[in-house]
Amino acid sequence: MTGWQMLFYKEVMRFWRVAAQTITGPVLTAMLYLLVFGQALESHVKVYDNVSYTAFLVPGLAMMSLLQNAFANSSSSLIASKVMGNMVFLLLTPLSPWHWFVAYVGAAVVRGLVVGLGVLAVALIFAVPPLTQPLWAIAFAVLGAALMGALGVVAGLWSEKFDHLAAFQSFVVMPMTFLSGVFYSIHSLPPFWQTVSQFNPFFYMIDGFRYGFFGASDLSPWLSLGVVGGATVAVGLWALLLLRMGYKIRS
Amino acid sequence: MPAISFQSVSKAYPSSRGPSGGTFLALDQVSLDIAQGEFFGLLGPNGAGKTTLITLLAGLAKATSGRASVMGHDVHTDFAAARHALGVVPQELVFDPFFNVREALVFQSGYFGVRHNDAWIDELLESLGLADKANVNMRALSGGMKRRVLVALALVHKPPVIVLDEPTAGVDVELRQTLWAFIAKLNKQGHTVLLTTHYLEEAEALCGRIAMLKAGKVVALDSTSALLSSASGNVLRCAIDGDLPASLQALARVTGRVVQLPAKDALTIENYLSQLRAAGLAVHDIEIRRPDLEDVFLQVMQRAGHDERSGA
Repeated sequence: MTGWQMLFYKEVMRFWRVAAQTITGPVLTAMLYLLVFGQALESHVKVYDNVSYTAFLVPGLAMMSLLQNAFANSSSSLIASKVMGNMVFLLLTPLSPWHWFVAYVGAAVVRGLVVGLGVLAVALIFAVPPLTQPLWAIAFAVLGAALMGALGVVAGLWSEKFDHLAAFQSFVVMPMTFLSGVFYSIHSLPPFWQTVSQFNPFFYMIDGFRYGFFGASDLSPWLSLGVVGGATVAVGLWALLLLRMGYKIRS
Repeated sequence: MPAISFQSVSKAYPSSRGPSGGTFLALDQVSLDIAQGEFFGLLGPNGAGKTTLITLLAGLAKATSGRASVMGHDVHTDFAAARHALGVVPQELVFDPFFNVREALVFQSGYFGVRHNDAWIDELLESLGLADKANVNMRALSGGMKRRVLVALALVHKPPVIVLDEPTAGVDVELRQTLWAFIAKLNKQGHTVLLTTHYLEEAEALCGRIAMLKAGKVVALDSTSALLSSASGNVLRCAIDGDLPASLQALARVTGRVVQLPAKDALTIENYLSQLRAAGLAVHDIEIRRPDLEDVFLQVMQRAGHDERSGA
């Protein structure tokens, strides 16, 4: 096992050791959303023909949980090791910025996918959405998790204490995930909010992922793939640059 | 090729760390070579720049100017090779609460690309008295045990150069003895050791050569024996009941009742004793001894302070 592989393994073990908090908890939260929104709106909202509202909700909720947990993994690991001071053990190693990036983002992708799959598996109790284009679903899941893992690296490096990270989650990640079309199609929004949604990269992730299930989406999946891919590269480069600078971790 | 080399290294921090405005110069043109196999001591008062020098060597901070290298590898441009050659025991008692001692060592070993390291990890655990704590979570260890783990983590990739930043601060006698026996053994095997400590008797006993820093500058650099023989005169050591007269306070090392005063000749000693008698103090346990490293340290720091004030 090379250096970055060991860091990747350690980061996976870090969340796996507290799976009740990092996997079961988010899955349970998604189930509560599904239960409450599905039951309350099932008979009132219809997005696609032949697809129940609860079935419509399932991919969006799975993707939302995936994205939030991928972000949480890299960001919380970095801020915790900064605050506790144990980051020094990593800073003393010959691992390059690229090694750090691959290990932290890789572990974030793994946690995101595990939580996403967990949500999908438990959601089958309530509704079974079709999986008509699995490769699209996998592509958006992996790219979305990588984007959020990289954003988590940026937030984790930028934050100097847990409060900063909580603010980032409350004022950036949560609004963007909630306003991404998890619970609705943007066609049901007024024109102004439809336009606003198109500036939200999370919308493309959810919409593209949903295309993998239903073969239908608000936008062309190719457009969504381009936007998500471009955002992943941009945020990834940002994270790499900060790691290379030793931003707030080397003086 | 020196094991450690600093060439005209300076480090300036933004004004928030300095006394007022501008920048605070933590290190000022420090040049220092430490040969392979040396046991080298880096001494100085708090804020002298010892830890800053180590953070530059370890790549935790970047020098404002100058160059540092480990085993010939520049710590910035050739950082991977430099860090492979270096093991650092940090001053702060830090740990990862998710894992036990053995896991922490396996991970740290893996970061350096060292595989199948179980035999060395077992030897480290045994040598540092951690064998029965191998499977204990780091959170559950006492401060002294955590300190031992820090030492093991620094040595897990068998670096030829070992840096110990105040490793015995606040630890018990047993750990000190275990630690120094182990480090001395590694030094005998050829490992270079750089030690910073405030326990000068440890530095005197262990280090072959010593540098003293004050306000970011090297103010003394010589072998330990040469430094000790450079001290002038002897030391009067005695115990007194009461407060030392003001005239002697600036000269004395005071530890509770015990007072130690630099004494270059018999006349000076007589003068001290007469001042103590005149102050109505009972003097016990009088002893004249050779200066130790602490006396030398105080003399060097006083001289450096005087030079600084006179602009020399």
